[in-house]
Amino acid sequence: MTDQMTSIPPAERVTALSRVREIVTSSPLVFIAAVILAIIVLSALFAPWVVPHDPVRLTPSVRLKSPSETYWLGTDAFGRDLFSRIIYGGRISLVVGAAAAVFAVVLGLTLGLLAGYIRWIDAVLMRMVDGLMAIPSILLAIAIVSLWGASLWTVLVAITIPEVPRVVRLVRSLVLSAREEPYVEAAIAAGSSTFLIMRRHLVPNTVAPLIIQGTYICASAILTEAILSFLGAGINPETPSWGNIMAEGRIYFQINPGIVLWPGLVVSVAILSINLLGDAVRDALDPRMAKRGIER
Amino acid sequence: MTGSLLNIRNLRIALNGADDQQVVKGLNLSIEPGQTMCLVGESGSGKSLSALATMGLLPSVLSPLAGSSILLKGEELLTANSTRLRDLRATGMSMIFQEPMTALNPVARVGQQIEEVLEFHTTLSQSDRRKRVIEMMEQVHLPDVDKMYGSFPHQLSGGQRQRIMIAMALVMRPQLLIADEPTTALDVTTQAQILSLIRELREQQGAAVLFITHDMGVVSEIADDVTVLKLGEVMETQDVDSLLRRPQTDYTRDLLRSVPSQVPRMARDGMSDKIVLGTDKLCKTYGGGGFINRTREVKAAQDVSIKLMKGRTLGIVGESGSGKSTVARCIIRLINPTSGSITVGGIDIATLSQKKLKPQRKNMQIVFQDPMRSLNPRIEVGQSVIEGPLNFGVPKDEAMARARELLELVGLPASAVDRFPHQFSGGQRQRIAIARALAMDPDVLVADEAVSALDVSVQAQVLDLLAELQERLGLGILFITHDLGVAAQICDEVIVMQNGRVVEYGPAGQVLGAPQQDYTKTLIAAAPGRHWDFANFRPFSENPEKTVLIKD
Repeated sequence: MTDQMTSIPPAERVTALSRVREIVTSSPLVFIAAVILAIIVLSALFAPWVVPHDPVRLTPSVRLKSPSETYWLGTDAFGRDLFSRIIYGGRISLVVGAAAAVFAVVLGLTLGLLAGYIRWIDAVLMRMVDGLMAIPSILLAIAIVSLWGASLWTVLVAITIPEVPRVVRLVRSLVLSAREEPYVEAAIAAGSSTFLIMRRHLVPNTVAPLIIQGTYICASAILTEAILSFLGAGINPETPSWGNIMAEGRIYFQINPGIVLWPGLVVSVAILSINLLGDAVRDALDPRMAKRGIER
Repeated sequence: MTGSLLNIRNLRIALNGADDQQVVKGLNLSIEPGQTMCLVGESGSGKSLSALATMGLLPSVLSPLAGSSILLKGEELLTANSTRLRDLRATGMSMIFQEPMTALNPVARVGQQIEEVLEFHTTLSQSDRRKRVIEMMEQVHLPDVDKMYGSFPHQLSGGQRQRIMIAMALVMRPQLLIADEPTTALDVTTQAQILSLIRELREQQGAAVLFITHDMGVVSEIADDVTVLKLGEVMETQDVDSLLRRPQTDYTRDLLRSVPSQVPRMARDGMSDKIVLGTDKLCKTYGGGGFINRTREVKAAQDVSIKLMKGRTLGIVGESGSGKSTVARCIIRLINPTSGSITVGGIDIATLSQKKLKPQRKNMQIVFQDPMRSLNPRIEVGQSVIEGPLNFGVPKDEAMARARELLELVGLPASAVDRFPHQFSGGQRQRIAIARALAMDPDVLVADEAVSALDVSVQAQVLDLLAELQERLGLGILFITHDLGVAAQICDEVIVMQNGRVVEYGPAGQVLGAPQQDYTKTLIAAAPGRHWDFANFRPFSENPEKTVLIKD
């Protein structure tokens, strides 16, 4: 009968750290993925202290060597240490992956909010987005790189732009359903400005799906960068990146297949780990998935 | 009681099978053939879970504890295997749900959905099956059955969909029909029809009915016996007349006292005649227009003219689609009216631009129906309450201090400002929503079905709160509701709307007590439990001081 007016549970605070721990330990597979990703990220970050050899120094006397105690994974056609190059290559690949994810999410969030909340922008913007989605993303990326010349920045732009439409569509659909919520209408009735409504009431609703989308973009950007480099449309071939190493090793595949296979393996494992973590984050943030977890 | 059709003994259901997390705590219940047993309780009472346990449909996190027993014609259901249960679910017992739209498959024709039951459980030929289905659809009084057989659920009205559900449930002539709030999502006139249909079919087929509801009015219409549940515990079981006249427990008495009476409140004299809100020929039309994608024009509100005085409550009642919420949303300018004027504080706001409208927004605030969705789940309650004042330049500290005062005013501790909405119950959240509206010091409060989603006891408390706040602050309240009892309890004047038009408008005593229009009379006649004076534990006919509203 009582409304329990005075009995209110104490404020509960979930710290970010405990949340991360909860996600990482949610299954053995996710834990392994997290460890692998941590190793890749840390070794790339501390590359100068990790690598046994200079990744760009040419040593013609040791060309195309098989794995040995000095050269753990062998050497490439110019006598450069493959292991060191893969570690350094991670720097470019991871930066491209992370930056593409951040840029695509920020740009997509801004455009998606506008499209979802302001009607006339929606009509114009979404047709442009549709047009962009009709072009295969690799073709678009190659076109952008060949237009502006290869550099880290153009590669980044070339990888980011094809990802933006998907984020815009996601954010727009989230905003369209969130703007119908009574608490948004209450904010309108309270005289809140459009900007304030977006910032306080709409953006928070998009955070969880965007984190997840971000991890997928990160994985696909690493892959796209590798493809661009492999096709020769990527960044400067002197700079080691996973795609570059594979592209250079292509013609020596029969002599030392490791030049292609090892970086290929690292790319696969990195992408798999990122996607597994993305799935784990999605499960942790989606209450329906969590419930199914209990029933299993 | 060994010959009972359904015999539930010591049913205990617990979360994850843990003894200390029981949600149903020892339910005993038996139903004889041809009897209707009502299971009554507020949310969280375990009434639906008991029904799901009987059907073998409990979610897997919940399980019955050892010692529980549910016997259907002497057969234990809790230990039956899934094949046997599936068989029993059509032939021995069946269930209808609250929301017929989601209980039906939206992409299959309704006739085929009924036929499917026969396909699984009988060996009838296709033409025989179709004949049976058509017969059953006629029995539930669906019109034009041959055509309706091939319709999709979205093409039917809510009442028709519920009839389809009932036809589907009864086509195998089960001895037990479980009805879980089958009329809660329906309009009051449709509800009356469905209730009489269930009564009629029970007599025709001799089936027993386990009827789950939270509505005492419905109980008084349909029950033979009643079991009252509270937080998983049985409070009492009695036949319906005894229960309504001589409730044995305090809980039942409180529950009955909370039921809004159908008798309009006494007219209040000496009130201010200052108009705080007025509309003149307010119209809202959807669709139409557009040269290329011309849509059907829907006149959601037509020529609605109202006047709300300071300190008084004006009710708008009507069924779904009557346009009552459209009027509310136009007044708050969440949607733009097509024509007509809206005067708040002496200024016509109907056509003001958003920029010019902003200063006027202070004067009118709104409280919504759904307490779960009316507060942003991601920000603290205090932040929600002060959002409006901050928009109008009130310093943050001052606004927060005021928010604490307001939360206390609506009966919550001031410390609630730091909590998140999910930490509060539905009634508490509705109090917060009211506090948020009051933070703007409005002249007009629009309450759009503000108590409809609440349990009846909480509903009574929130209505009391609104009345008290009105007394103290001189608020003009525009109260939108589908529930005539609630309207009778709180409104000074009442508007009855139908299909976007005002049908009747006048003092509550006149409109609800001596209605002039046929539609109003129909509405009042359909209200469940109108013969009972629940609060005084007797029918109105036995009370010489008050007259029966409408005779059959």
